[in-house]
Amino acid sequence: MTQILMPALSPTMEEGNLARWLVKVGDKIEPGQVIAEIETDKATMEVEAVDEGTVTELLVEEGAQGVKVNTPIAVLGGEGEAAAPAPKQDAKHAPRPDMKEEPVKTARAEPSKLTTPTPQGDTEIPAGTQMIKITLRDALRDAMAEEMRRDDRVFLMGEEVAEYQGAYKVSRELLQEFGPMRVVDTPITEHGFAGLGVGAAMAGLKPIVEFMTWNFAMQAIDQIINSAAKTLYMSGGQIKSSIVFRGPNGAASRVAAQHSQDYSSWYSHVPGLIVIAPYDAADAKGLLKAAIRNPNPVVFLEHEMLYGVEYEIPDVPDWIVPIGKAKVRRVGADVTISTHSRMVGLALKAAEQLAEEGIDVEVIDLRTLRPLDMATVIESVKKTNRLVTVEEGWGQSGVGAEVCARVMSEAFDYLDAPPTRVHQVDAPLAYAANLEALALPNVEKIIAAVKAVTYR
Amino acid sequence: MANAAPKPNGKHAAEASKDELLHYYRDMLLIRRFEERAGQLYGMGLIGGFCHLYIGQEAVVVGMQAALKDGDQVITAYRDHGHMLAAGMTANGVMAELTGRRDGYSKGKGGSMHMFSMEKAFYGGHGIVGAQVSLGTGIAFANRYRQDGKVCLTYFGDGAANQGQVYESFNMASLWKLPVVFVVENNQYAMGTSIQRSSSETHLHKRGVSFNIPGEEVDGMDVVAVREAGKRAVENARAGNGPTLLEMKTYRYRGHSMSDPAKYRTKEEVDEQKTKRDPIELVKKMLIDARHADEAALKEIDRDIRTVVTESAEFAQQSPEPDASELMTDIYL
Repeated sequence: MTQILMPALSPTMEEGNLARWLVKVGDKIEPGQVIAEIETDKATMEVEAVDEGTVTELLVEEGAQGVKVNTPIAVLGGEGEAAAPAPKQDAKHAPRPDMKEEPVKTARAEPSKLTTPTPQGDTEIPAGTQMIKITLRDALRDAMAEEMRRDDRVFLMGEEVAEYQGAYKVSRELLQEFGPMRVVDTPITEHGFAGLGVGAAMAGLKPIVEFMTWNFAMQAIDQIINSAAKTLYMSGGQIKSSIVFRGPNGAASRVAAQHSQDYSSWYSHVPGLIVIAPYDAADAKGLLKAAIRNPNPVVFLEHEMLYGVEYEIPDVPDWIVPIGKAKVRRVGADVTISTHSRMVGLALKAAEQLAEEGIDVEVIDLRTLRPLDMATVIESVKKTNRLVTVEEGWGQSGVGAEVCARVMSEAFDYLDAPPTRVHQVDAPLAYAANLEALALPNVEKIIAAVKAVTYR
Repeated sequence: MANAAPKPNGKHAAEASKDELLHYYRDMLLIRRFEERAGQLYGMGLIGGFCHLYIGQEAVVVGMQAALKDGDQVITAYRDHGHMLAAGMTANGVMAELTGRRDGYSKGKGGSMHMFSMEKAFYGGHGIVGAQVSLGTGIAFANRYRQDGKVCLTYFGDGAANQGQVYESFNMASLWKLPVVFVVENNQYAMGTSIQRSSSETHLHKRGVSFNIPGEEVDGMDVVAVREAGKRAVENARAGNGPTLLEMKTYRYRGHSMSDPAKYRTKEEVDEQKTKRDPIELVKKMLIDARHADEAALKEIDRDIRTVVTESAEFAQQSPEPDASELMTDIYL
């Protein structure tokens, strides 16, 4: 004997009306046969039999209202061969009418630790290391070339990366060294080639996908987040996406709102991604090499305004900078500035000027935005008791907002002033030179913020 | 609007051996009985969220799987239970994922729409309409990069056929002659919108023309016709000639998902498909007409499959929910 139960036809259905029986006692029924019609508040649906057998009893009359889900509505008798028993109802997993979110019983304490990959390598430059001068652009190029020599699964794809040598010449001479199978010019098709790159990564390659600028990657953001960042989790650890998405991020110069956006906070919001935003050439090279070796999807945010800037970089054969570790760029006692990317340069300039006025600023370059090295920031705030965050993007839900929130929850008692944020004004970035300058953070705005938190 | 089968049923009987037909019958029936049981478990609240059943379309995946070699990859969207069973993934593992338990293919963290098996080269199970087409093209890119002779079978539906990234992928796949076969399962409804209401060109096999991708319309209810078209397309891709677009004319008997009463089509239309084009009945007829099997022998197969499916349902309820510690695993490597 098998009971046929009142089915739930949607995740929220609790009861329904048995509108019509399409079988009667004594009927022989087959799997897939429609046996009844059920009305819910939304629709009328057909109920199909799963088991075969003969109807021995109809337990609910035609026209019955408000029949609760999982109530037996009919009984089937086996015939000759035993009908398969209906699965047993397990009260624990019945749909709960009030699907309130239950608190998750798990180690609440250190979620950030659980999701933080172990830092690798060492950032210290050994004493006596020879330093050489190199542009940020060439540092990025060298990082890719070195990793492509080291691992033949690594390849570069994007618009104009091969024959044109890179829209910003970051991939100069890579085609000549590695050939067209490994340095791939794509059509202008961000959504498509980002997805293609993720698919290639799932199949075991290690793509570097260049976006001509991150502004264009909004076309592709579904593949970056839904496919690259989430599939490891959704596959229970089976499907890996070791891929680097890179390109220039943030405001260039006079290219207006669609070409001038900072995506730092957008991507740093997403578990499953690693987000890196380096400032100088040494970090750009060392972090890009680490990113290419990392088994996770990495969003690598470069800054176009820094591509042509020359920096000193250690002349060592395999320069790697660990992911997930902030760098104290300037040691100071009075105020902590937490910042990243091009804003590091502005913060350092502001710190120099403030030093002349007797304010000693500590500048922390976050370098990696996810995982965020809050330990370094908090240690600094415990010393200075004051915090200013600086970022190129908008303030709302920004990186600075996150840093401030975490400092306030983890080091509130150490603060002598409310933390202050410096960021782009809350408007699309204008084309006109004066309006563009008014919108973006600059040295003066940083100095004003530092003075505000020091009550000067 | 019921589509007439492009080719008369039964035409291909001579082209498939007894063993092959029995194998197809078994695999298709497994999918159907599995899906019926999944529908039942959903009704009991044991499966949550969205659940898209494959009933009616079984010949497509079973026929295409027969055209593949070991190591060839498969990727599809969210109506994926049939693809997984056809690829050789176990009924137990799939059903336990549907119930969100630890013995499911994704440890209970993916559910109906997101299952994978590296062992069977099944790359999912993807929830965003059209996204799997770019991913499948990328898997084929990796095959060409490694020159390993593998082909990636990339499925999508008539709904996804209007997504932009599908055409971005067609372009690159054809431009670079990637070893990919695109299979559009045209079941004629994108959720509740019929293809006539959604598509300016309803003959979807023509959608590759401007990318130089040859297209073929196939009776997706005839497993042998599917296999033959699949073989041509797969071997063409393997030979380095790039993609083919196969349009499988098929039909889903159930609604888009469990909560869809499918009021956008008539009962007569559905009944006509079920009675005149059913893919399992067709193979059954081939087997009996050719005297490869009698009703009793087929009944025996039915019984075996019922046992497998019943056991999978039991297994899927007995498997524990994932441990709370799984909440924070598989986020980073």
